[in-house]
Amino acid sequence: MPSPIQNPRLLLTSTRIPLYLSSKTPCTHRCFASLPSLSPQTLAPQSTTSSIPSIRESLLSGRKKAVEIAAEYLDRIRLTEPQLKSFIHLSDSVLKDALELDRKVENGEDVGPLAGVLVGVKDNLCTVDMPSTGGSRILDGYRPAFDATAVRKLREAGAIIAGKTNMDEFGMGSTTEGSGFHVTKNPWDTSRVPGGSSGGSAAAVSARQCVASLGSDTGGSVRQPASFCGVVGLKPTYGRVSRFGLMAYASSLDVVGVFGSSVIDTAIVLSAIAGHDRLDATSSSHEVPDYSSEMIALDQLNSKPLKGLKIGVIKETLGDGIEAGVVSSIKAASSHLEQLGSIVGEVSLSSFDLGLPAYYILASSEASSNLARYDSVRYGQQADADDLSLLYGDSRAKGLGHEVKMRILMGTYALSAGYYDAYYKRAQQVRTLVQKSFKDALDQYDILISPAAPSAAYKIGEKTNDPLAMYAGDIMTVNVNLAGLPSLVVPCGFVEGGASGLPVGLQMISSSFSEGKLLRVGHIFEQSLQGYNFVPPVLSEN
Amino acid sequence: MALFIFRGFCANAIILIPKNGAFLHKIRPKRSQFEVQARRSGSTEARPAQKSSQMATRERQQQQLQGFEAIIGIETHVQLQTSTKAFCRCPYSYGSDPNTTICPVCMGLPGTLPVLNSRVVEFAVKLGLALNCEISMKSKFDRKQYFYPDLPKGYQISQFDIPIAKGGFLDVDLPVEFGGGHKKFGITRVHMEEDAGKLVHSDTGSFSQVDLNRAGVPLLEIVSEPDMRNGIEAAEYASELQRVVRYVGVSNGNMQEGSLRCDVNVSVRPGGQQEFGTKVEIKNMNSFSAMNKAIDYEINRQILLHKQGQANQIVQETRLWDDATQKTFTMRKKEGLADYRYFPEPDLPEVVLTDEYVDQIRKSLPELPEAKRRRYENMGLTMQDVLFLANDDDVCDYFDSCIQNGAEAKLAANWIMGDIAAYLKNEKVSIKEIKLTPKELAELISSIKNGTISGKIGKEILNELICKGGTVQGLILEKDLVQIVDPAAIEALVDGVIAENPKQLEQYRSGRTKLQGFFAGQVMKKSKGKANPVLLTKILQEKLNAGN
Repeated sequence: MPSPIQNPRLLLTSTRIPLYLSSKTPCTHRCFASLPSLSPQTLAPQSTTSSIPSIRESLLSGRKKAVEIAAEYLDRIRLTEPQLKSFIHLSDSVLKDALELDRKVENGEDVGPLAGVLVGVKDNLCTVDMPSTGGSRILDGYRPAFDATAVRKLREAGAIIAGKTNMDEFGMGSTTEGSGFHVTKNPWDTSRVPGGSSGGSAAAVSARQCVASLGSDTGGSVRQPASFCGVVGLKPTYGRVSRFGLMAYASSLDVVGVFGSSVIDTAIVLSAIAGHDRLDATSSSHEVPDYSSEMIALDQLNSKPLKGLKIGVIKETLGDGIEAGVVSSIKAASSHLEQLGSIVGEVSLSSFDLGLPAYYILASSEASSNLARYDSVRYGQQADADDLSLLYGDSRAKGLGHEVKMRILMGTYALSAGYYDAYYKRAQQVRTLVQKSFKDALDQYDILISPAAPSAAYKIGEKTNDPLAMYAGDIMTVNVNLAGLPSLVVPCGFVEGGASGLPVGLQMISSSFSEGKLLRVGHIFEQSLQGYNFVPPVLSEN
Repeated sequence: MALFIFRGFCANAIILIPKNGAFLHKIRPKRSQFEVQARRSGSTEARPAQKSSQMATRERQQQQLQGFEAIIGIETHVQLQTSTKAFCRCPYSYGSDPNTTICPVCMGLPGTLPVLNSRVVEFAVKLGLALNCEISMKSKFDRKQYFYPDLPKGYQISQFDIPIAKGGFLDVDLPVEFGGGHKKFGITRVHMEEDAGKLVHSDTGSFSQVDLNRAGVPLLEIVSEPDMRNGIEAAEYASELQRVVRYVGVSNGNMQEGSLRCDVNVSVRPGGQQEFGTKVEIKNMNSFSAMNKAIDYEINRQILLHKQGQANQIVQETRLWDDATQKTFTMRKKEGLADYRYFPEPDLPEVVLTDEYVDQIRKSLPELPEAKRRRYENMGLTMQDVLFLANDDDVCDYFDSCIQNGAEAKLAANWIMGDIAAYLKNEKVSIKEIKLTPKELAELISSIKNGTISGKIGKEILNELICKGGTVQGLILEKDLVQIVDPAAIEALVDGVIAENPKQLEQYRSGRTKLQGFFAGQVMKKSKGKANPVLLTKILQEKLNAGN
């Protein structure tokens, strides 16, 4: 019997990732390697070193034990966590896991590519050995019966889960101020937000409380905090990483993303967690390459490693309402990319401004449905009540936060009979337009760039009473989710603020399943960026 | 014969008091019992009485409706007998201990996602084709949202605007005793969805418990056009649907276990009115006869309200059928239209079918009940026989196999509908379980027809064949059952009996001719039942009358 089910959503984008940087001017990395000359001016080595390969090297060479490495990170957590509050729950089995790993190394057993790597996991990803709340009081104390697929794969690759990171409740927010538990502080300036909703994951990597972390990105929840905290953040293609075990916010937009302090680390983690999962019908069976193996070390590259790569700066992202410092950072980054050999042009996405309202309608609509299961009947915090509707009403009134309730109401409204066509259906039409305008732009350019957020990290409390201003902050990122495309944020500069400036991230967008291309370009960009050190002051203070 | 007289009487009784709906319902169960018996006996004698019954039923309906027309539409939920649930890998079996066939997915735990069981699509296409529907080559799932403790996700995964199949019909042959006739009822749509769990209420009513075993079990919802006009038509539609789901093997169609559940919408309008009256939904009917009764009760209730000028008291509501009181009562009134806020299920890809896939399923479909009935009708069987045989595909297979082994259709039908059906009913077994093979039944029939054994002997050995098996030839030899057809041998037996009973002979010859039966019985006894009855009668008469 032939399989009745095809997946047109995934078929659309099932082209193989090309091995060359530019689809317009094919050139494999071998041709870079064959060119000997290096320009010390543009390609001076950077302080950003990749941690995962060095941890692996230390472990396998016997220079360091996993327990020692873990202890280093635990010490740092002990010092910084009271200030930052990146985590909702810290694992109590880190040292035990590390000991077990050391035993394996001693016995010469195979250890995975993430052996000894401490990874923070956003609290909306289910973990079997730790509570998972999604940042919500309604799930306070909830312990899942299973690991999310991404978490399971991390463990299988040898990673040690450091703990569950703080987040805006169910991913709804841009600051972690919406967490049901506490606010996370930005390691660059503890009076500022780390961004959100994956603010805990970003802050934890920024403060080197863990090597890498998992987040989730529905409308920018990985990329904006990466930008605010000065770390690398990757939002993979929709369907690249299984969503099984990710507490759904907006199912058609949600993706599991990765934070790392370097592009290589990010690439290694992505290789570990990506791939088809039989528990997620929307996960893609598109081949998963070893993303990090295709990266080339700086000293192997010529002076124009991005020669021929066509880069389009999204015009609409550098206009009104964008902080001047952010605009100049992005402009500097684009000239840097040009110096590396790429051809930089300007591209207009006609439907860009429509994306934000469409996103909020679609995300809220799906959220109103996805969050219906938090009814306190089977799990979670239950209110005392005499009848059924009171049981539902009181449990949800007490358990869910303000922002979540607002979005549930908006979504319920948008899906109601008589409004569906005007809101949900129209928003889906906008989504199609957004997809088309990205496709047109990506037919012309290999990579599109923009800021990851209109500003650097702002003060805690600054926007809590102005939800529309907060929503507007997502303008840079939501379109990418509507189109389902992969996007990488790499720190590219600083603006004034805090004790030592505030980091700004460069967002790079490419066509579906071309994470490899983004990571290679990001890696070159990161290594060749001079004069910046993206290690936050909180570390030197302690 | 008394049986058939009563049938006629019963129908007449209904005509006498056509307005008394309650009485009508009370006596109907008796009628249906007789119908079963009549069908079972398979006797052709039933037919003369049918005519009057048929007319009576029609007249009754006319009078009952009193110028009103009832409009009935049915939504049927059929539980699919897939080995696992619709969106997870849990098995399901009716009657398991509460919450023993559940997993994080069907419990709706945070982070879980549905993955479609491809058998559900296969079964949906199968049933869609069997119901003559147009199959949607591209369909999708939607979420139907409402809060209830038996619905773990807060929404049911269903299909809203693009059902997997639509625009079909179902052919139904109405039972002869209800007027007979062939009807075509439209099928609006067939769509896939998941079942909810069950609430178990405590005896005190102070708390309820949730059993999620059934949550996520695949269902097909079949929505009919509002083509039915009375309880019988509705019940026959449902029972034909049950036959079809059983024939194609998508469900066991068991109403008691809830594998086939019918929700009926009933409205009534004055004759000639174009727009429909307010419809009332009836649930909780767990047999076809309950459906029939509930609908007729509801039609009467609504007509009565119309006639009393209280039509405005017919409100959109859900009523439950109560078998004990034989009435419907209000379960909940619908305040406005429920808004389920349907939207496309983002966790499941679209369902895209290929022509090849659909064709393969079409080819795999068995002969459907309607085709079987037409084929049996062409064999010359009466509609009563046809309906009995085509009711169950195992019986059909048995019957067809008898025919293939050379049995005459009418004779085979009579045996199956008579003695065999009686045995099945008494022993509560299926025709597949009996030891009598269709081949041996065909052999039995031909042995009787060609005179090897008498019909009486045939009936006698049938039971042994059913219980123990063996061959007809073997039994005939073993028990020395070959019919005595030699006139001389019969004459000798007759002579012997006459000689032994001089008194009775005298009485006979003095006019008590009824004693012929006595002599015949004695001769038959002596022959151990083997004497050919025709020859016996002929020779006996000659001998008895010879003295005159």
